[in-house]
Amino acid sequence: MRSAGGYTEYHPRWYRKRVSTYWWLHSWAYFRFILRELSSVSVAYFVVLTLFQIRALTRGPQAYAEFESPLIIVLSVISFLFVVFHAITWFNLTPSAVAIRIGGKRLPDILIAAPNYAAWVVISATVAWFVLGG
Amino acid sequence: MMPKKSNEPFFWSLFSAGGVLTAFLVPVQLFLFGLAFPLGWLDAPGYEKLLVLLKHPLTRVYLFLLCFLGLFHWAHRFRFTLYDGLQIKHLNEVIFTFCYGGAVAGTVWAGYLLWNIH
Repeated sequence: MRSAGGYTEYHPRWYRKRVSTYWWLHSWAYFRFILRELSSVSVAYFVVLTLFQIRALTRGPQAYAEFESPLIIVLSVISFLFVVFHAITWFNLTPSAVAIRIGGKRLPDILIAAPNYAAWVVISATVAWFVLGG
Repeated sequence: MMPKKSNEPFFWSLFSAGGVLTAFLVPVQLFLFGLAFPLGWLDAPGYEKLLVLLKHPLTRVYLFLLCFLGLFHWAHRFRFTLYDGLQIKHLNEVIFTFCYGGAVAGTVWAGYLLWNIH
C-alpha cells in the first residue's frame, strides 16, 4: 500500500486497545448518545404504523375501525418519547453549526435554538388543525 | 491518483433532511394517531373526513416525503449505531443491505399505497 506523501511502508504496527462491546454502558453521556441514535428506530416505527393505517383506511371503514391493538399503543408511547428526544436533540444541534455574533459577542446557544422550538409549536399546531378538521 | 468517490455525502444528506422533517412533524402525528385517538383523549376525525384528507394530492405528496426521508434517516443512523455501538463492522455489507434495502422497500410501498388511493 503506497500512499501520497512519500511515507515508507515501514511503520510500526498499530496498537489499538480493544474497546468493550458495552462501552456505551460505561457513562451516562455514552448511553444518552446511543439512546439518541436509537430514536431512529422509532422514526421507522412511525413510518410503518402510518403506512398500515393508510392501508386500513383505503380498505374501508370496517378495516380502519378494526386496526387497533394494545401492542400498537405500547409501542407508540415508547416511540413518542423517543421522537420527542430526537426532536429536542436535533434542535439543540443548531448552535453547534451556526454561530451568530452581535457586536463581537456570540449569541447564546439558547437564543439560536429558540426559533426551532417556536417553529415546532407552529408546525405541530398546523398539522393538528388539518387532522382535527380545520 | 483520483480519490475514490464515496456515496456517504448522498446518504448523509438524506439522513439530515429526514432528521429535520421528522423532528418537526413526527411527534405531533404520532401523538395524535398513536396515542390521543386510540386512547380517546381526543375525538378522532371520522372515517370519511380522514379519507377526504388523505385523497388530497398535497397530503399524499407530504406523506410520501415524510415516509421516504424518515426511512432514509433511520437507515443511516441505525447503520452507524450498529457499526459503532455493537462494533460489528465485519457485518458491514449485511447491515448496509438491511438498512438501505429496508428504506427502499418501505419507500416503494409508500409510493404504491399513496398512488393507488381512489
